[in-house]
Amino acid sequence: MEFQPISGIWAYVAMSLKVTVIFTVVIVVVAYTTLAERRVSAWIQDRHGPNRVGPFGLLQPIADGIKNILKEETLPATASRVFFVLAPVLVLFPSLVTFAVIPIAAPLPTPAGVVDMIIADVPIGILYVLAFSSLAVYGVVLGGWASNNKYAFLGGLRASAQMVSYEVALGLSLITVLMLAGNVTLTEIIWQQQQLGMWFAFPLSLAFILFVISAFAETNRLPFDMPEAESELITGYHTEYSAMKFSAFMISEFGHMVTASALMATLFLGGWDLPGSWDNAFWYDGQLVRAVLADGTVLLANPTWWKTLLTFAGFAVKTGFFLVVYIWIRWTLPRFRYDQVMSLGWKVMLPTGLAYVMLIGATILVLDEIGMAWGFGYGAVLTAVSGLATFGFIFMLDRGRTITGAAAQRAQRVETRTIPAGVVPHPTAEEIA
Amino acid sequence: MEAFLFYFFFALAVGGAIGVVVSKSPVGSLLFMVTTLFAISGEFVLLEAHFLAAVQVIVYAGAIMVLFLFVIMLLNLGHEYQQDLKIGVFSVAWMAAVSVMAGLVGWGLRGDPGFAASPAGAQEIEAALAQYGAVGAIAQPLYTTYVVPFEITGILLLVAIVGALVLAKRNA
Repeated sequence: MEFQPISGIWAYVAMSLKVTVIFTVVIVVVAYTTLAERRVSAWIQDRHGPNRVGPFGLLQPIADGIKNILKEETLPATASRVFFVLAPVLVLFPSLVTFAVIPIAAPLPTPAGVVDMIIADVPIGILYVLAFSSLAVYGVVLGGWASNNKYAFLGGLRASAQMVSYEVALGLSLITVLMLAGNVTLTEIIWQQQQLGMWFAFPLSLAFILFVISAFAETNRLPFDMPEAESELITGYHTEYSAMKFSAFMISEFGHMVTASALMATLFLGGWDLPGSWDNAFWYDGQLVRAVLADGTVLLANPTWWKTLLTFAGFAVKTGFFLVVYIWIRWTLPRFRYDQVMSLGWKVMLPTGLAYVMLIGATILVLDEIGMAWGFGYGAVLTAVSGLATFGFIFMLDRGRTITGAAAQRAQRVETRTIPAGVVPHPTAEEIA
Repeated sequence: MEAFLFYFFFALAVGGAIGVVVSKSPVGSLLFMVTTLFAISGEFVLLEAHFLAAVQVIVYAGAIMVLFLFVIMLLNLGHEYQQDLKIGVFSVAWMAAVSVMAGLVGWGLRGDPGFAASPAGAQEIEAALAQYGAVGAIAQPLYTTYVVPFEITGILLLVAIVGALVLAKRNA
């Protein structure tokens, strides 16, 4: 059976449905991530968390929403009115549109044709996400500045400095992914992972680590939540905001978390791909193919509705996993100092990212020159190279704390106990007597 | 649809550009400028120049203008800027702007733009897009035919960075 992409009037119907459903689902996921954050935090701290509204507290986000809509909107007397109102809009918009280019499942066959499970498969793919997420900083900075409050202003400045700095490391870790996939569209990045026979988290392990760290900094989440460090800045750039405007900042923060989690899943864990080649599907020369063999013959894909459902479940599990990691890390690691955040970004992440791009570029060049076929062996060599680089990176960051372990710590203790020559010991009570 | 989007982005770009000049507060000017850059990248998308559109937003709107915003806010340029400018400088700038504008409008009214899009060039671009993708179509000539100018531009930027560093060190 020949599969054709959906066309004509049904394409518009499918597009409207996709936009409506995906947008709604993202908003609902964002709402429930706020609940998950509070519940998981509570479990980590041995509390109950919000469990009064509905079964297991499941209606809590709705109660929060109603409360925020009904609360009084405040406008500080000295705030610049236009920018104060504009900031939540500017911060909300990018966090909601970036999801449009992320593929969420295998293509769905319908009687009218095959529907791709992605809102917009734009040719620039990941660059679209970068473009819009780089605009998010305006809302944060403007919110802090327009409030005319020193704490809010400092929070806004910190946020912009941090987001601009870590965008560099984020971009460098992405370059290795783009080099390996040879393309920037997310559908093709998933396809290349399917063809390689392994997800990019293995052949590009160090890029994965760098990307996760940068994404945490970009979303202003702990341990990088300097812009809203309570003990220093009250709540930073949204100190003066109340009611739904405050809520807009929270929604955008969680929206960025959801998008970043989906991106980590797509770039490094194969997106909607499940192990095995049964679910692979990609538009190649106008045909929906499962694999392209080395001699150019193509194996046609056979999309079904249950494959779409299963792959969507896979995508949801991977994204959910990263969301839980976000919350988990929040209660595991203490907050950095501001100068530590900056020196980590510029003195560790940036050089490491650059060196890693060189390493991966050289490895890919060598593999291509000796004619290694794109497949499991290709990935295995890259995995070995990246594994060494990752070990070196972690060993360097570790500074003999965890990997060298107890032995190093013992050595350190002995060293501090040894009294250097020339130091007169403190007299004991008997000697004084 | 395409015509509607073209005029929408056109209005946004021109309106933003006027806003940059008219706006009283420097932060307002900056936001209008971001609007203009964004609208122009929308026009790039309509021209199928996707990569250029993305880079326009990432580099100009997302990085350079953020630094401008940073500087404006840190220096707190809230006051009226006209009093800082000597009236002579101001009037020369106005005259230059008006004459350039008049020239452009005149050129537009001539009807014949003087350069016609050739179908052969369009096909060439189509072929490059199909073969290399949106990014590859730019990267291919950039790293083969034009590699020397590209590298020289890189060196120029490096010199600028070193220069900025030297100036900053001296003041510190």
